[in-house]
Amino acid sequence: MELTVESLVFLLFSLITLGGALMVVTTRNLFHAALFLMLSLFGVAGLFALLTAPFLAGIQVVVYIGAIAILIIFAIMLTPQVTAVPPTNSQWIAGVVVAVVLFALLATIVTPLLSELGVEGWGAVFTEKNPPPVPADSIARLGEAFVDPQAYMLPFEVASVLLMAALVGAVMLVRPARGAEDEAPQTGAQE
Amino acid sequence: MTDLLIDIGLSRGLAVLIAKTLGVFALATVGLLWTFFCIWAERKVAARFQDRLGPNRAGPFGLVQTVADAIKIILKEDIMHQGVDRWVFNLAPILSVMSVLLIWVVIPFTPTLIGVDLSIGVLYLFAVGSLGSIAILMAGWSSNNKFALLGAFRAVAQLISYEVPMALAMLVPVVLAGSMSTQDIVRSQHVMYLIAAPLTVLIFIIASMAELGRAPFDILEAESELVAGYQTEYSGFKFGLFYVGEFLHAFTVGLLIAVLFLGGWRGPFAEDVPALGFVYLLLKSFVGYFVVMWIRMTLPRVRVDQILDLGWKFLVPLSLVNLIVVAFLWKILPGTDSITSVGDALVPSLVLLAANILMIAGVGVLLREEGRRERARIMARRAAQPVSEPGSVADTAPAGAGD
Amino acid sequence: MVPLWMYLLVAAGLFSIGMYGVLARRNAIAILMSIELMLNAANINLVAFWRYNQPAHVSGQVFAAFVFVVAAAEVAVGLALIINIYRQRRSVVADDVDLLKW
Repeated sequence: MELTVESLVFLLFSLITLGGALMVVTTRNLFHAALFLMLSLFGVAGLFALLTAPFLAGIQVVVYIGAIAILIIFAIMLTPQVTAVPPTNSQWIAGVVVAVVLFALLATIVTPLLSELGVEGWGAVFTEKNPPPVPADSIARLGEAFVDPQAYMLPFEVASVLLMAALVGAVMLVRPARGAEDEAPQTGAQE
Repeated sequence: MTDLLIDIGLSRGLAVLIAKTLGVFALATVGLLWTFFCIWAERKVAARFQDRLGPNRAGPFGLVQTVADAIKIILKEDIMHQGVDRWVFNLAPILSVMSVLLIWVVIPFTPTLIGVDLSIGVLYLFAVGSLGSIAILMAGWSSNNKFALLGAFRAVAQLISYEVPMALAMLVPVVLAGSMSTQDIVRSQHVMYLIAAPLTVLIFIIASMAELGRAPFDILEAESELVAGYQTEYSGFKFGLFYVGEFLHAFTVGLLIAVLFLGGWRGPFAEDVPALGFVYLLLKSFVGYFVVMWIRMTLPRVRVDQILDLGWKFLVPLSLVNLIVVAFLWKILPGTDSITSVGDALVPSLVLLAANILMIAGVGVLLREEGRRERARIMARRAAQPVSEPGSVADTAPAGAGD
Repeated sequence: MVPLWMYLLVAAGLFSIGMYGVLARRNAIAILMSIELMLNAANINLVAFWRYNQPAHVSGQVFAAFVFVVAAAEVAVGLALIINIYRQRRSVVADDVDLLKW
């Protein structure tokens, strides 16, 4: 792989994504974890831009960073966080093992590692380097696909119904009970 | 610039990288230095609105005043009290200024000079606009101060509520131009979109002023209520950065109004002499900036729950209806896919103008009815509880007291 | 351009990190954040395959856009649930929510 500016930019964004993700799952302070999540999602947006999908990169920033991450931060602020206890639960070692094994399995499948090592019957499949160019009006085509009855109009409408259901559901879940005063703090924590 | 570097012998990738980096530095520097002028203009105009003179001692017409203020604020003590989250505290003002400067990347200054002509220009504007709310959350949370946190909550609630009508209003030029690229939007404005979609301009100005946190929506820093809101714990240069970000954002909104609705660099002879296009853009953005300042100096502050009501219950349905009507009319009017001159654009624009006037009249009627009902409600409530005569105690005794 | 397997490797790494987060974190909100990481890994995969195999079609981008929609809906409802649980049990630690009916 030659060292072009593009591969350097790819390396930068990959490091941002993976580094941010590592910090999300290990840091004790939950607010910092949310900020690192934003950083990681920003890295993913950069990767989308590198993959010539500018619309998805923009949507990633607007939806994930501008809405979902802010929602998560609001939830973090509304619930108390205790930083004295370690952030991991009792099965974290099993978690590490599972994650590492999963990554190893995936890496053997997607990378040409095994075929380079000479294992027979394992051809390197995903080594495509020069894909055909993206047509210039791909954003217009994307828009047309969403409203074309022969294409993706039905999933589009179903998605909007899904969002409406989520909106109504979320609002109904957190409403205070009808006519109830602010409830006194439950003594459940002191049992 | 890129060609110059390639000729020296650098590889193509490296030449593009260096040229773009220099462009980034130039744009950021110009943007930040322009703030000096903006702040001066704001203070002068504010002063004239308030029947006084404004800064006129430091330098001719007070032009050096902002420089003096900047030097003063850099020299002030940078207080970071106990319990503050250092990294987040320091990053918040930087992110705040960053979210404004990033908007300047897609502004077409002349027919040939634009930071990056993104094919998703308007979507990029939404994306960058949402970065500002993150900066405010970071500032409020890391200050370790209840008032700052409350201020940050209110600020973010207001900002994310008004992103929706602003986005829907920004979609109208996209529909009219057929492209999300800002350069294309300017190029298709043979007739200004102000004429074709005045209601959209109104919605955009209201939503942008709420996004800026400017009066009448300045509950964000509400000097009389929350000290300084989410900026309470900031002093010295960090506060200066927030201040700079705010004023630059105000001017950038004027710039966006000019680009999206007033025709950007368009004007007589703009294509032949690009510098003239830059002058037109500047003049138009000052018109937009002046309107923003005018509204700020005239209207009193709106209460925070009224702000959210206005945003969700009035502006969102209005901007949705507006978008639907404009898109529908643009689709059924003949000849709107190939507008290349003023003549082609005139008829569709006038039809849209008529539709907009109808919509504004309809909204006016609705508001009048709502106003009448509200007045009737207040009258009924006032009739139900008789107002006590001054001096008599019996009517105002609280229920159950002294039994 | 960068070979396809590098993008897939990044996606695999992100997915594994998200999986570790889901399995090992105590706080329910942190678990939700790790689920977001996994969804993003799947998205990177989708878009990378779209770009390298079929850039002329739009199916890859459409699929990725629907993943965005589903993720947004899921986070909204998930956080509403977490806040509700917090109100009832005064705790956001996932291990504490271990009784089916109070």
